[in-house]
Amino acid sequence: MRPSPVLSSLRARVRQIESAGRRTAAVLPFGLDAIDSRLPGGGLVLGALHEVAGGGDGVLDGAAAALFAAGIAARTRGQILWCVTRPDLFAPALAQAGLAPDRVIYVEAGDEPSLLACFEEGLRHGGLGGVVAEVARLPMTASRRLQLAAEGSGTLGLAIRRWRRMDAAAEFGQPGAAMTRWRVGALPAAPLPVPGVGRARWRLELLRCRAGESADFEVEACDAQGCLAVPAALADGPAAAADGRRRAAG
Amino acid sequence: MGAAAPPVDAPLVLIGRAGRRRVVLAVDAAAARAGLRPGLPAAMAQALVPGVAVHPADPAADAEALDRLALWALQRYAPLAAADPPDGLIIDMSGAAHLRGGEGAALADMIGRLAACRIAARAALADSRGAAHALARYGGRPALVVAPGQSAAALLALPVAALRLPEEMVEGLRGLGFAHIGELAASPRAPLVLRFGPDLGRRLDQALGRRDEPIDPVRPPDGIEVRRAFAEPITAAEALARQTGILVADLCARLAAAGLGARRLDLLFHRVDNRIQSIRIGTVRPVRDARRLTRLLCDRLETIDPDFGIEIMSLSVALAEPLGPRQMVSALAAEPEADLSGLIDRLANRIGAARLYRLAPVASDVPERSLRRIAPLAPPTGETWPGHWPRPSRLLARPEPIATVALLPDHPPARFTWRGVSRRVARADGPERIFGEWWRRDAELCAVRDYFRIEDEAGERFWIYRAGDGEDAATGSQRWFLHGIFG
Repeated sequence: MRPSPVLSSLRARVRQIESAGRRTAAVLPFGLDAIDSRLPGGGLVLGALHEVAGGGDGVLDGAAAALFAAGIAARTRGQILWCVTRPDLFAPALAQAGLAPDRVIYVEAGDEPSLLACFEEGLRHGGLGGVVAEVARLPMTASRRLQLAAEGSGTLGLAIRRWRRMDAAAEFGQPGAAMTRWRVGALPAAPLPVPGVGRARWRLELLRCRAGESADFEVEACDAQGCLAVPAALADGPAAAADGRRRAAG
Repeated sequence: MGAAAPPVDAPLVLIGRAGRRRVVLAVDAAAARAGLRPGLPAAMAQALVPGVAVHPADPAADAEALDRLALWALQRYAPLAAADPPDGLIIDMSGAAHLRGGEGAALADMIGRLAACRIAARAALADSRGAAHALARYGGRPALVVAPGQSAAALLALPVAALRLPEEMVEGLRGLGFAHIGELAASPRAPLVLRFGPDLGRRLDQALGRRDEPIDPVRPPDGIEVRRAFAEPITAAEALARQTGILVADLCARLAAAGLGARRLDLLFHRVDNRIQSIRIGTVRPVRDARRLTRLLCDRLETIDPDFGIEIMSLSVALAEPLGPRQMVSALAAEPEADLSGLIDRLANRIGAARLYRLAPVASDVPERSLRRIAPLAPPTGETWPGHWPRPSRLLARPEPIATVALLPDHPPARFTWRGVSRRVARADGPERIFGEWWRRDAELCAVRDYFRIEDEAGERFWIYRAGDGEDAATGSQRWFLHGIFG
């Protein structure tokens, strides 16, 4: 069904109003048509806040979410500020996702409020390629502030949501001001002809997307340049994917 | 002293005059071990220890050296520092400890640096000047940080001599049966004052924090300082912020004239009640941008309690470095590199400079030793870690033991239980053998870790290792640990 002209003109006006105070409307494409076509503008909007959480056990450890964020950050230009409260990130893994150690400045905040303050400070500065922060609680007010700070400077903000308890993760359903909301869950790795673990695969869920629709994808994890890939079996079409692959729970 | 210097390990005493006698005034550790102590007649000391090196005491030079040390403390640690003769420094750490990574870290750093200059020092941090003085000398620990509000309780068990009283008064108190401060604090004040005079009560109140004892801080002799005195004391936060702005503008004009940039700035607030409150800010590079410095200072204004009002504000440069014009862009086409030093300064003044870092590779195969922290704005190292083997994105601070079902010697486990959840291993990669670094510790002489990357049925990937090679008990305990989580 073709959208009515009234609706499309209204959409254009809304977009115009929303982008009034924004300096840039640049986007960072994933380089995968399957994902980019679902995002308005054809990629992650740079001057905006994006939320990422892990699925399953990733709610607590945020391992896949951190790699996903590192892959995105690796494809930006400039230094990255990475704010944490628990310093358990292993930098060699970020380097393997394309984020060179020289590009990352770590901020070890003592508690959540000062972490959010550092996050906002980094977003306001404008000279960074991106700011990543590992936060547990992100109430509407805080995410609104961060979104405005990101809009003002055109810096990419990535909030890795990471909780200390499994049941606290229900909070992820709460509304927020972030532009997109993602969930990254682990899937069994690409099968190899020999024993061993192949390239990691993720179930990537786009849970919420402003001016867009939610979707989910099955992707191969970041390569050394931080780029995701579509599994080879899927690239040939959905029919080829149906056989020989187990579905993951969670 | 040059060639006339005595051998390092010979006992050394300093002698001076007490009345008409020549007595020992100070002894070093070797002399103290030989049985010498201050107060001994000089001739007796020389008779008791034949090889003793004797030097005349020079109190004026001592005082001068102590002042120099106070200046050092001022530049390094806190805006309010003063010599506390004959043998101490008094430093007001409030509002400055965050720059050194907290109070405990600041004290440890101080003692370490003094030790490197061969000065044995003890330090204590407490609520009042008197308490810190007593705890540093009688607290029994080289670096003692007393929690806020606990100083009075910590004092009660110390001997009466800790109160900075004249020798004869301490003797008199001891004669009356007062051994500890607690006993003194619990007894009625009037009879004691009648006998010993008002000094006793004053010192007791100062130690217990009931009476103020201002510090008369040292100022750098040729430092750049601007001050404003107000006809009416000011209290409002906006007024303080405005005056800060004016002071910074004045200071920057003077810095510009001198071709300097500030690395450390102290803003002192002289209150109506004769107390001084302070803010110290640090920057990673010399700065004389008035807006930036004002913002850094105003960020910390909330820590100031103006109480009945502030009469004088003074802003001084504790540490300055040359700051000349600098070329920003070398080629026309090059995009200017973003200047992050302003952001780093703001974050460092908020959470502490030690919590802001970059990680650089270290050539070590042991995962927890493969990185080191460097300053956030250090020049790029251009190095990275070897990427032959995948590394987990989360590394547990301490490897956690797991229960496994595994074939020895070189198979990954078939099942394992971690944090109460049992998982079946669907696929595995490994082993990646990492040897202990025998040059570090004897215990690592033949230690081995065999790392496996494993994936359970749900697709969660983990990094586990076996301590030992699976055969030889000397290489490790052969127990399994989970060390990291892949994404």
